[in-house]
Amino acid sequence: MLAALLLCIVPAAAQPVTPPARYANVQLADPAKEQSARALMETLRCLVCQGQSIADSDADMAADMRALVRERIERGEKPASIRDWLIARYGDYVTYDPPLSGLTWPLWLAPMLLLGIGGWIARSSFRRRTR
Amino acid sequence: MKRFALWAPLAIFALLFAVVASGLFRPAEKVVRSAMVGKPIPDFALPAMVPGKPGLTSASLRQGQPRLLNVFASWCIPCIAEAPQLMRLKAMGIPIDAIAIRDTAPAIAGFLRRNGDPYARIGSDRASQVQLALGSSGVPETFVVDGRGIVVKQIIGDIRPENIAEIAQAVKDAR
Amino acid sequence: MIAEAGLAALWFASALAALQLVMAAIGIARGRHDVAAAVRPVAIVQGLLALLAMALLIALFLNSDMSVKLVVENSHSAKPWLYKFAGAWGNHEGSMLLWVAILGLAGGAVAIFERSLPERTLTSTLGAQAAIALGFYAFLLFSSNPFARLNPAAADGLGLNPLLQDPGLAFHPPTLYTGYVGLSVAFSFAVGALVTRDVGPAFAKAMRPWVLIAWIFLTLGITAGSYWAYYELGWGGWWFWDPVENASLMPWLAATALLHSVTVLATRDGLRAWTIMLAVVAFSMSMIGTFLVRSGILTSVHAFAVDPERGAFILALLALYIGGALALFAARIGTVRAGTTFDPVSREGGLVANNLLLSVILGIVLIGTLYPIVAASFGVQLSVGPPFFNKAAGPIALLLVAVMAVGPLLRWRRDDAKAVLRRVMLPIGATLAAAIALLFIWPGVLPWAGLSLSAGLAVASVAPLWKRKLTRTPLFTYGMVVAHLGIAVSLAGMASDSAFTKETLVAVRAGEPARIGPYTVTLDGISPVIGENWSALEARLTATRGGSETILRPQLRFFANPPTSTNESAILTALDGQLYTVLGQPDGQGRWQLRLWWKPFVTLIWFGGVLIALGGALSLLGRVRRERRAAMRSEWA
Repeated sequence: MLAALLLCIVPAAAQPVTPPARYANVQLADPAKEQSARALMETLRCLVCQGQSIADSDADMAADMRALVRERIERGEKPASIRDWLIARYGDYVTYDPPLSGLTWPLWLAPMLLLGIGGWIARSSFRRRTR
Repeated sequence: MKRFALWAPLAIFALLFAVVASGLFRPAEKVVRSAMVGKPIPDFALPAMVPGKPGLTSASLRQGQPRLLNVFASWCIPCIAEAPQLMRLKAMGIPIDAIAIRDTAPAIAGFLRRNGDPYARIGSDRASQVQLALGSSGVPETFVVDGRGIVVKQIIGDIRPENIAEIAQAVKDAR
Repeated sequence: MIAEAGLAALWFASALAALQLVMAAIGIARGRHDVAAAVRPVAIVQGLLALLAMALLIALFLNSDMSVKLVVENSHSAKPWLYKFAGAWGNHEGSMLLWVAILGLAGGAVAIFERSLPERTLTSTLGAQAAIALGFYAFLLFSSNPFARLNPAAADGLGLNPLLQDPGLAFHPPTLYTGYVGLSVAFSFAVGALVTRDVGPAFAKAMRPWVLIAWIFLTLGITAGSYWAYYELGWGGWWFWDPVENASLMPWLAATALLHSVTVLATRDGLRAWTIMLAVVAFSMSMIGTFLVRSGILTSVHAFAVDPERGAFILALLALYIGGALALFAARIGTVRAGTTFDPVSREGGLVANNLLLSVILGIVLIGTLYPIVAASFGVQLSVGPPFFNKAAGPIALLLVAVMAVGPLLRWRRDDAKAVLRRVMLPIGATLAAAIALLFIWPGVLPWAGLSLSAGLAVASVAPLWKRKLTRTPLFTYGMVVAHLGIAVSLAGMASDSAFTKETLVAVRAGEPARIGPYTVTLDGISPVIGENWSALEARLTATRGGSETILRPQLRFFANPPTSTNESAILTALDGQLYTVLGQPDGQGRWQLRLWWKPFVTLIWFGGVLIALGGALSLLGRVRRERRAAMRSEWA
């Protein structure tokens, strides 16, 4: 939340001299494409303001990444392939949606596991129906 | 069994404690490293930035000789700080190419006039698209690229005087 | 002199905390009633001294005393007085002092108001409270002294982070901290009860109001923080699953579970061990949250000055208190008589399901928040964010909503499944009706389920009032109704926002209109504005809807101390939603970037939050009144 941005306010001096790319702050004409671009942007983590997705970051780098996502979606590329392309460049860091791997399966399995353990503990507080 | 289970919360907390303590005493890197290290440089062609100096293509990074690829900008303050180190590296005979991020010709020309010009080529990356393709997350950053166009090392942030030997060694190793 | 007085107050308070701990120990171990009786006044004075230290720090900030290091580093003489006042806790040392002041105050409040707990349990509770306070006093005095002087004094301060220069700073941290630290009372009660092995309905009834108070403040604090982030960050988001937010959500989840399990313990003498466990976990989550925020081990947490030495100090305190309480739990709880067990189809059964699901969500949030640290120790940079939390916790939260709808309609002890089915027909009908109606404007799976269930929950939550004499219904029943209704309202707001939000990003010249939702927004012009300690470029926007016009003035604000800029959004609140406008950068060719959002019913999110807290307050009032009446009756008898 707020705290996330505290790290991130940049002194006004160090900013690019050229305006951001066209699609950094402009939507795609096709609402369906814009929606899928937006959905992808919300899952990509900004490289500069590390507490934010590129969809809600003021950082210039985030603007450039938004432009990249929109341009590729516009060209008809699938969101999953754009995500993979970015992961190939920045590692798993760049996605807020951790890809399933040897390292992340305990994370994804945790909800099921917790439900199971919780259910087992809760069972002990019930008594069998007598009638 | 039952009595044993009562100690489970403490055990879980001990695990939690270990995780948190490891995070505290071995702090994770705050910078995002490029996953392109060890991989071939992606294909790109950037136009020239300033008159009299060629632009940059990925082909020019595969000419048999290791090179430095410096990602910089005239509006970036640490880039001024690292300029003398780049000049030293150039004086050691290491070829340096550059990608200028979101910049204009007059601003770059002024920057080179003030801080020296170590670059053989400068490509203009108006929308940071090549920067993103390289897995670079800011300016300045420097990549060591071997003669076959494979990225062998990434230096994040400004090059400091104490980094020079290490970079020169990396270039030597890439031969 | 003020700074020295503040430091002295802290030292005295810590000495009294030590005294309080020793006296409580003697009182219990030796069975000395006279010593135990004196613990109460010591706790009260200790709390007052901690409060005095906080007041003196605020005075230093208000006076802009530039000979105090903390003031120099975090304040500036040209700042508006409200931010000088609130700036006292807009930094590491000051916020820790606030934390400790509330801790002392909570102990003092228990000493003054708690009359129903047996003396032995109360004494050990106050002893536990003193032990916690002692550790945090030591932390302040030895590694985070807020009263340190600067010699020579500085000419002026460095200023406060502009994002914090908002009325939100005056309200949000104190509220949230009262919630966090208020849970220490539940923790101390649990430790006290473990020491005396006195866990039962009377204990639960005594603990309930304290849990409620902390929970009300936590709810308000989180709600306020969410709205603050929403209007301040300028992108229309209100929850980001950021580690700092998770740090506030985890104690809330534990406290919510505790609130419900304590009711089972009070009414039916069940869930004894579980309730004690939750009381320990709730405050542990507060402390872990504080640690995560302060140590900087998770990326994106607070910009407060962070160093590993301080982190290690808090970590040691955590190990001592949480580890100690859990060890005590393991050693003692086996000797506490087991509580009663109960039938699955019963109010108790519903509350157990509630506890189970809340705990699972808590576990998911905890694991998701800490997993990047685990990954880092394997050398992998991993990000766990909204997609994970929504996928993992979302469905369980919706299941919880379903349980919440049914639970209050169940009878205590044992209920008949067929009768229950009859009672929940109407809520199920409402859910299905909403679900079918929404199929025509398909909003996506989670929003669809969320909106449908919120309709069902809204109906179900008022059902306990059905066919009851409204004037004879106890206040705490109203409390439950209002709080559950609040969840339905908030959920509807969340689902509506994620399903129906419209976004328009445009670069416009003056006079050029842009369409967004039901509005047409026209940029009239840009003009400079001078504020108290900032200057800004302000856009004048005319928002037209139907025939009515409203003027909105979003700003691009520049601060000199420290030199930074912020976006100040301008929001138009209508009955059916909010128009959210932000002024972006100029494009150099006479156009200005505008970000516009139309967010239908988004205000319900925070309105629901306030309702939830209000429900808590009604419940608290009802419980306290009933206890008082019962006490009077027993006196007369």
